[in-house]
Amino acid sequence: MTTTVAGTEEGTVSPYALSHLDSLESEAVHIFREVAGEFERPVILFSGGKDSIVMLHLALKAFAPAAVPFSLLHVDTGHNFPEVLEYRDRVVAEHGLRLHVASVQEYIDRGALRERPDGTRNPLQTLPLTEKIQADRFDAVFGGGRRDEEKARAKERVFSLRDEFSQWDPRRQRPELWNLYNGRHAPGEHVRVFPLSNWTELDVWQYIAREGIELPQIYFAHEREVFRRAGMWLTAGEWGGPKDGETVEKRLVRYRTVGDMSCTGAVDSDAVTLDDVIAEIAASRLTERGATRADDKMSEAAMEDRKREGYF
Amino acid sequence: MSTITSEELSATTLLRFATAGSVDDGKSTLVGRLLHDSKSILSDQLEAVERASASRGQEAPDLALLTDGLRAEREQGITIDVAYRYFATPRRRFILADTPGHVQYTRNMVTGASTAELTVILVDARNGVVEQTRRHAAIAALLRVPHVVLAVNKMDLVDYREPVFAAIAEEFTAYASELGVPEVTAIPISALAGDNVVDPSANMDWYGGPTFLEHLETVPVSHDLAHCHARLPVQYVIRPQTAEHPDYRGYAGQIAAGTFRVGEPVTVLPSGRTSTISGIDLLGEPVDVAWTTQSVTVLLADDVDVSRGDLIVPTKDAPATTQDVEATVCHVADQPLTVGHRVLIKHGTRTVKAIVKDIPSRLTLDDLSLHPHPGQLVANDIGRVKIRTAQPLPVDSYADSRRTGSFILIDPADGTTLTAGMVGESFASPEPVKETPDDDGWDF
Repeated sequence: MTTTVAGTEEGTVSPYALSHLDSLESEAVHIFREVAGEFERPVILFSGGKDSIVMLHLALKAFAPAAVPFSLLHVDTGHNFPEVLEYRDRVVAEHGLRLHVASVQEYIDRGALRERPDGTRNPLQTLPLTEKIQADRFDAVFGGGRRDEEKARAKERVFSLRDEFSQWDPRRQRPELWNLYNGRHAPGEHVRVFPLSNWTELDVWQYIAREGIELPQIYFAHEREVFRRAGMWLTAGEWGGPKDGETVEKRLVRYRTVGDMSCTGAVDSDAVTLDDVIAEIAASRLTERGATRADDKMSEAAMEDRKREGYF
Repeated sequence: MSTITSEELSATTLLRFATAGSVDDGKSTLVGRLLHDSKSILSDQLEAVERASASRGQEAPDLALLTDGLRAEREQGITIDVAYRYFATPRRRFILADTPGHVQYTRNMVTGASTAELTVILVDARNGVVEQTRRHAAIAALLRVPHVVLAVNKMDLVDYREPVFAAIAEEFTAYASELGVPEVTAIPISALAGDNVVDPSANMDWYGGPTFLEHLETVPVSHDLAHCHARLPVQYVIRPQTAEHPDYRGYAGQIAAGTFRVGEPVTVLPSGRTSTISGIDLLGEPVDVAWTTQSVTVLLADDVDVSRGDLIVPTKDAPATTQDVEATVCHVADQPLTVGHRVLIKHGTRTVKAIVKDIPSRLTLDDLSLHPHPGQLVANDIGRVKIRTAQPLPVDSYADSRRTGSFILIDPADGTTLTAGMVGESFASPEPVKETPDDDGWDF
């Protein structure tokens, strides 16, 4: 017992200490294997964005040399970046995976959803997602959400129970103790599982660099036709931009997140390699979502409100 | 941050720690200062806080809004749930479990402390060690958090006087020692003024120890594994059954304690069958040795029956299996736990039926006395429980292994997580059970 410790000696790192990336990787793999052991019909939400790509990479490692025992589910807003769809299909074929697609456009076409005046389709994903989960009776749904992204997500559990309406009730969450995850659920309910809960944006990029994971090219700086809306650079395209008064210009940009084209902004950047990107993020004074997501700026509780309804 | 190379960033270790403190001890200020001074609050987050504070008519940005993420929390101005925060320095990355200080949220402190390697207990230098401080120390001791930091805050309000700090540190250390807390580091700080939080204080030259952040950066995160009992709970059996791997049969799991080596004789529990480790795959790469908390796949020399829920242990160091588990528990659910309650127990990767046979005592955290036969435990109660399990479990004492000495109880009807359990004796020197029950309204 000491009242004051004169600082631990420099450089005395135990040979058994895991690096922070090894520690996060091991935890995520443990979560994937718990789900494989306890659930009947798990599915990985896969958008072709960096977080879902890292999730898939971790799942491949967790079950090697066997195949990943889960299928993938993409909620297609209809406003996707073509490079990302191409990437998605290539990865699915390469690993012999099964891909389910829930289409927002299909819902709009048959009148089940209506286009919003602001043109963003991000909130419209909730209905196709939750109906697909119910129809295919998925009982565990992996999401790439990280607690560092947003303050409502900081309150999210690793295993998060959703009721038969896919709703999240932040006041009725199960405490998570040690690494003993409780996956009990009634028929019709499902559990959202977030293996990257404890990762930060920088961790994700460092892991991508360490593991040599390939990404869609839009994550790296490239010349692109964009226009300014609500302080963000949006890609011009048939989805609905630019409008009158908005002018298209060619800029050197890259994306920090990949989502619906109508609400995901690009950032000015000349980062063309993973090391460039890591240096840029380490120096950035803006969070990932603050820099590039219009939908989170709608209100102080935008994310919480969407999550309550079943958003991921 | 921009001057650090990516190799340096990847080589850093991770420290998981939890904070505890009463309502006005300045916990939010400390967390805010740590995040702020480690440049972990980004400008758009700060702007959002400034905007929200201004719209509430507050003059200064309210840093608590950074951590209170839920609508109800912002409306009520309180923290109702554990929030996890992430920040980094060039030396280390941190996961902070920010837990509310109210007594009715004991379960949240237990939740945060269960994965923490360090707990910070905050006291107000003007008030010294109070009831809530003792409660937090008791929970840290129960959960066997390896390192405890006593942050004596608001030193600016006691003129930075050494005797004030020394008296509080001495009183707390004596109390923690009695509880069996292995190590206490006391640091005098002012979270508001920034003394000894990130930068050394010019106002307290009598203090020769590390600043708060320096201590967080240098405290050892893993322990000598040579004396740990090696334990591998089997999560999943990997059988590719492909042309390339026709006979591969691997037992996947995260090593809960100790080290495993290729060639080591092992026993599978609860069956008791024995074999030898013929290979270890560390996420696809073969290795000769693996240790806690690596996620691995173990291959055995013999075709023994192993499935999810089994525990692989060294043959020379196998725990006894038992159907009678005695433990200290913290009740975390709103519905009470009663004698005769039929529950599920999840221990490692195994979930079995169980029944609560007895609740011999409930702990009064204020004075650490044991209240005999309370009949039931309600939310936030800590007590002793005897459980009979439907199948034998290979349990360790929580004092020896936080992972294989812990369990949760689950309500089989609705899946609620009821109780967090720690096997074996709770404190180094437990108080004897009082013979006459107190009349404090808990008996029914």
